[in-house]
Amino acid sequence: MMLNEQNELAIDCILLAGRIMMESGAETYRVEDTMLRMAHSQKLDHAQSYVTPTGIIFSLGRTQPTRITSINSRVTDLHKITLVNNVSRKLTSNLTTLEEAYEELVNIQKTNFFLPISLQVLAAAIISGCFVILFGGQWADVPAAFIAGGAGLYIVTIVHDMTKVKFFSEFLAALFVGIIAFLAVFFELGMNLDRIILGGVMPLVPGLLITNAVRDLMAGHFIAGMTKGAEAFLTAFAIGSGIALVLTF
Amino acid sequence: MDILQNLLISFIATSCFGIVFNVPIKTIPWCGMVGSIGWTTNYLLIKNGLNAVHASLVGAFIVAIVAYIFARQFRMPMIIFSVSGVIPLVPGGMAYNAMRSMLENDYVAGVEGIVRALMTSGALAMGLVFAEVLMQLLFRSFTKGRTSIESFIKNKKATKAK
Repeated sequence: MMLNEQNELAIDCILLAGRIMMESGAETYRVEDTMLRMAHSQKLDHAQSYVTPTGIIFSLGRTQPTRITSINSRVTDLHKITLVNNVSRKLTSNLTTLEEAYEELVNIQKTNFFLPISLQVLAAAIISGCFVILFGGQWADVPAAFIAGGAGLYIVTIVHDMTKVKFFSEFLAALFVGIIAFLAVFFELGMNLDRIILGGVMPLVPGLLITNAVRDLMAGHFIAGMTKGAEAFLTAFAIGSGIALVLTF
Repeated sequence: MDILQNLLISFIATSCFGIVFNVPIKTIPWCGMVGSIGWTTNYLLIKNGLNAVHASLVGAFIVAIVAYIFARQFRMPMIIFSVSGVIPLVPGGMAYNAMRSMLENDYVAGVEGIVRALMTSGALAMGLVFAEVLMQLLFRSFTKGRTSIESFIKNKKATKAK
């Protein structure tokens, strides 16, 4: 009986770790690897895990019922991945007990590690300004791109909080970036429309998804790779159609 | 001067990507460094007449190598350093131009641009994966088969013993 309870806690702990990592945008193969390492450290040798971007199935073999957990939202939060990574390392090297690790994971899940939104918007604005120069534009275009990029990230965050539809929020953000760039050129605050738009949409580019999709495909996780690739394609398509709508007018 | 400007601006841009992706705060400048090295390599290669596809391959390769070294140094997942580093290399400009051509009913140029963007992102992915595999092999021979976890345990136990 004692053993059973211990196993239940281990399953909870491992599933939670996998879930936090997946929700924060870790690579699928790494999530699976981490979960199995944690299981092996608890002497659960027959553990199996099956991870997809929308859910995790985890089984201990014959002793315990198989458990699943679903993943509804995915954001990019590399800080959480690092923290879970540390917990799993400590657990696998027997530096902490299972109870402590579980408590730590619950804390990680509850805490919001994101920097304030104002700082993120500022960072996005700086990114846009920088990319105008990197792509060979003129300094005169930087202020317009600065505003467009900041507005783009702000809109994507706000609309996504309200509607929970990723495609729509990215479409809207790209649309606003396009409109701001167009107005800037119209009122002669910027010169090159293409460069301003290009800089402005850079913070919205699905970089993490593209990297992860390929990495998962190469690691043999075809389902995860294909779904993440589809998500990246959808994002790119949303941005493209938002800009296209502005350009056609 | 040109190189210096590129180094500096790509450093700032990649660090800011670190903020948007919420990397641990102490690693932000290192993320910036990864991106700066990758972008400047890519830029110099293209400037010296290399095809964008090849330049992306080399750029991504270098990004992944530097990211791997930093990841080992900080004992953090490699993804933290490679993601923001690789973003400047994503062929956003090509995709944009392709879309623009499509809108102007110039489908031939549009398809050409899309294929070129696809090739470039494929090269990028190849560079990333190859570099990671290579570094893993290299480090495994260095550490005589000891994985990072094992050396982590050893270090922790050594510090605990003190």
